[in-house]
Parts: sequence; structure tokens; C-alpha cells
Amino acid sequence: MIWQIELIILAIVIICSISALAVKDLLSAAILFGAYSFMMCLLWAIMGAVDVAFTEASVGAGISTVLFVAAVFQTSRRSKD
Amino acid sequence: MLTVFLGGLLIYCSFEFPLWGDPNSPASTHVSPYYIENTLEDTSVPNIVTAVLADYRGYDTMFETVVIFTAGIACIFLLRTFKTVDPDIRLYRHIPTGITLRIEKGGKFPEDSSHFERLDTVWIPYGLIVKTTCRLVIPFIQIFALYVIAHGHYSPGGGFQGGVIMGASLVLYAIAFDLRSAIRRVSERLITLLCTLGVFIYAGTGILCMLFEKNYLDYSALANIFGVDPVSARSHGILIVEIGVGIVVMAVMVILYYILASAGKHDEGL
Amino acid sequence: MMADGAIEILISRINYWVYIALMMIGLYGIIIKKNIMKKIIGVSILQTAVILFFVSIGAKRDATIPIIVHTHDSGRTAIRAADFINPLPHVLMLTAIVVAVATLGVALSLIIKIYREYNTLEEDEILPQLRENKL
Repeated sequence: MIWQIELIILAIVIICSISALAVKDLLSAAILFGAYSFMMCLLWAIMGAVDVAFTEASVGAGISTVLFVAAVFQTSRRSKD
Repeated sequence: MLTVFLGGLLIYCSFEFPLWGDPNSPASTHVSPYYIENTLEDTSVPNIVTAVLADYRGYDTMFETVVIFTAGIACIFLLRTFKTVDPDIRLYRHIPTGITLRIEKGGKFPEDSSHFERLDTVWIPYGLIVKTTCRLVIPFIQIFALYVIAHGHYSPGGGFQGGVIMGASLVLYAIAFDLRSAIRRVSERLITLLCTLGVFIYAGTGILCMLFEKNYLDYSALANIFGVDPVSARSHGILIVEIGVGIVVMAVMVILYYILASAGKHDEGL
Repeated sequence: MMADGAIEILISRINYWVYIALMMIGLYGIIIKKNIMKKIIGVSILQTAVILFFVSIGAKRDATIPIIVHTHDSGRTAIRAADFINPLPHVLMLTAIVVAVATLGVALSLIIKIYREYNTLEEDEILPQLRENKL
């Protein structure tokens, strides 16, 4: 039961990371990065590292995404590659 | 090209790694059995990670706090500008009717009354739902953050997580309302003062322990002040240190948001 | 028989290979992408992948999370180290995550300053401007 969930979440993590680097819209890249952080948090919760998962959920999926969106707002939103 | 080569090298090394979940792997056999078995007797704190972080490896955590503080200061040095150039055009919204006024340079600005509110240059709609919901939710978020800091001994949590959640509640206030009203409530001077206060709490606890002729950050010296046995004194020392860390992390998150959202000028934001 | 041994080795090590693939994705993002924001996203992906790799070292089979359930009775049963997950990587990686977010804040401030100076975020437009400024 456990290793099936872990395999699915690992697959989602890899897809999120590749697409966060490949999209041309920087705001979408910031949101995909937030989703990647949250999936990492779930992985660590499955492995039993609850403190690390708590920290990553609050820091990665919360503050880090907000700071990215604020920086995209101050600079341009499109990117050429 | 380089990535393929490095990937191949690491995969070749991965054959030497221990299998997943092996209790006899080298990472689990040298120091960590001592931590697991002796934490409850030495410090009476059931959360092993918090105890190791703040007591057995407290020196690392102190320098990590200094690193976070330095990052906040570096952001202030990089981007903060103090020359206030008022923009020529200001937007005001008349709240009872919802009309937006645009006042050019040379016109008279309406005073701060309850009928007019000032908008940013990028027009945003009047979000009553967002404002009311955030006004209801933010106190509960702050209570939860204080709970996470204080309950770090018995459940996952501790100083960092609680500090980040507390900072996130202030950032939520700044997003839902104006950046200007958030700066009016929690001004820049207060936040930088809190930042330095947190570092002083942490380092000061260590120096306090040194005054009783024990090592730096050896919390059993606090038994003389509190009048309890050394085991509980270590537990209280961990709590004080976690509060210091929480204050620093909260202040740095808020500083980072203020500077990044307004590019240093602190007048308008997201 | 050789193929059986090879497949067994493959299945037991595959989790490490996935972590290595994630690190290589991050490194690829840093080197190949020309937009500076994408480079910073690559740095962050590399950081979290390394933290994932370290935390996975501390896992143990049939072990529980490192919080000792604390009954208030007088008898304290002996705590065996094999029952709990290794807490040492968790401690070190907690520090690593918070340092990662602090450096992310500084990196984003640097990006805003670069944008203010050159009005673009693409590396192949910034480098010629740097060269002609230097001359």
C-alpha cells in the first residue's frame, strides 16, 4: 500500500519539476514550484520525517511561493525560454 | 552533457549505498542511538528532533539564526531606498458609491476620511469578501502559530515553523488589505527591532549559562535561576531558545515581503 | 540467472536513481536555461532534491516517527533505538530548509536590482550590454 503512493507522488514530483522549468510564463512557473514543494512535503510525511514536512509545507508552499510571485510582479512576466 | 556525465557517476556510486530502510546502515549506528535512548532522561522532552536541534546541537541552530538575520539585513541593504518621490497621479475610491477618482498633479488630495480610500497605481477591485474573511481568520492563524511554538516539545513543530506561520499571517494582512495599512500597523522600525531582539534572546541565553561557570549554551546552569532540577531546566532552556528563533524568523519573513513587494520603496505593493 | 540478479538490483536501488534524476533536472535548469528566474527555480529544485536524498537515508523499516509517546506512569519502558527513525538527518535538514528560503529572498532581491538596471531578465541580452559597458 505504501510504496504505490510513494511511486505516484514521485512521478508527480518529477513532472512538476520538469514543467516548472519548461513553461514560458513565469507566473505559472512560480505556481508549479509551489505545487512541487507541497508534493515534496507529502513525500517526507510518508517517510516519517514529520518535522521536516511541517517546515517545508509552511516555508516552501507558503512563503516561498508568495516571494516568487512578488518578484515576478516587479519584473516581467514573460520569458523567452 | 555535463549533467549526463554527473548523473552516470552518481548512479555508479549508488550501488554502494545502503538499502532503503536498513537499520544497520552507517547513518543509524554511530551517534543517533545515543540521542534516541537518552533524550527523555536528559531533557524530558519527548520530541527528539526539537531536543537535538536546540540542546545537543544548539550551536548550529544559533548560527543558523544569525544566517537568517543576515539575509534579512542583506535584503534591506540591497533594495531599500529612502528618497520619497510622490507619484504625480493618485487614485482614490469613493467607498459609498464605488467611483474611482483620478487626481492629477496640482489637484487637491482628499484627506484621510472614511469615505475615500487610496488605491495603488495598478487598479484593484474592492474586495469586501476577501477583507472580511481575512479579518476573521488572521487571529486564529496567529493563535495557531503560538501553539506550534509552545507545543514543540510534544508534537512536530517548534520555533521555525511557528515563526514562519506568524510571519505568513502578517503577509496575508498585507495582501488582503493595502501594503500601506500593514506598514502602519507593524512599522519597519518595530520589525527590525524584533529581528535583533530574537538573536539577542538566543545568544543571551548562552551567555547567561556561561555566567554560572558552565559551558556556553549548557542549559543545566539555568537550574540555579529557576530553582528546579537540571533536567527540567534543560526543557525550559529549549523553550526560551525556540521563542527567540520564532521571533527572528517571523521578522525576517515580514521584512522580505515588504521589500520584495514594493521593490524597496514601501509605498505600494501587491 | 544474471538477469534475475540485475532486475533485483534495479528494483532495490530505484529510489536513489529517482533522487539523482531530480538533482540532475535542477542542475540542467541552472546551466542550460537563459532566463535568470528559471535559473533560480533550478537552484531551488536542486536544494530540495538534496534534502530529500538526505532524509531518505534516515528511514528504517517498521519504525515509527521520532516522538516518544510519554505516559505519565512511573514505569518507563526501555527505549530501543531500532524502534524509532533516525532523527539526525531531520535536524540537519531543518537547518538546510530555512537557509534555503533565506538565500531565496536575497536572490530575488538581486533579480529585481538586475531588472532595474538592464530592463530585461534574459542572459543573452544582459551579457552584450555588460561587454559594451566594460569597453
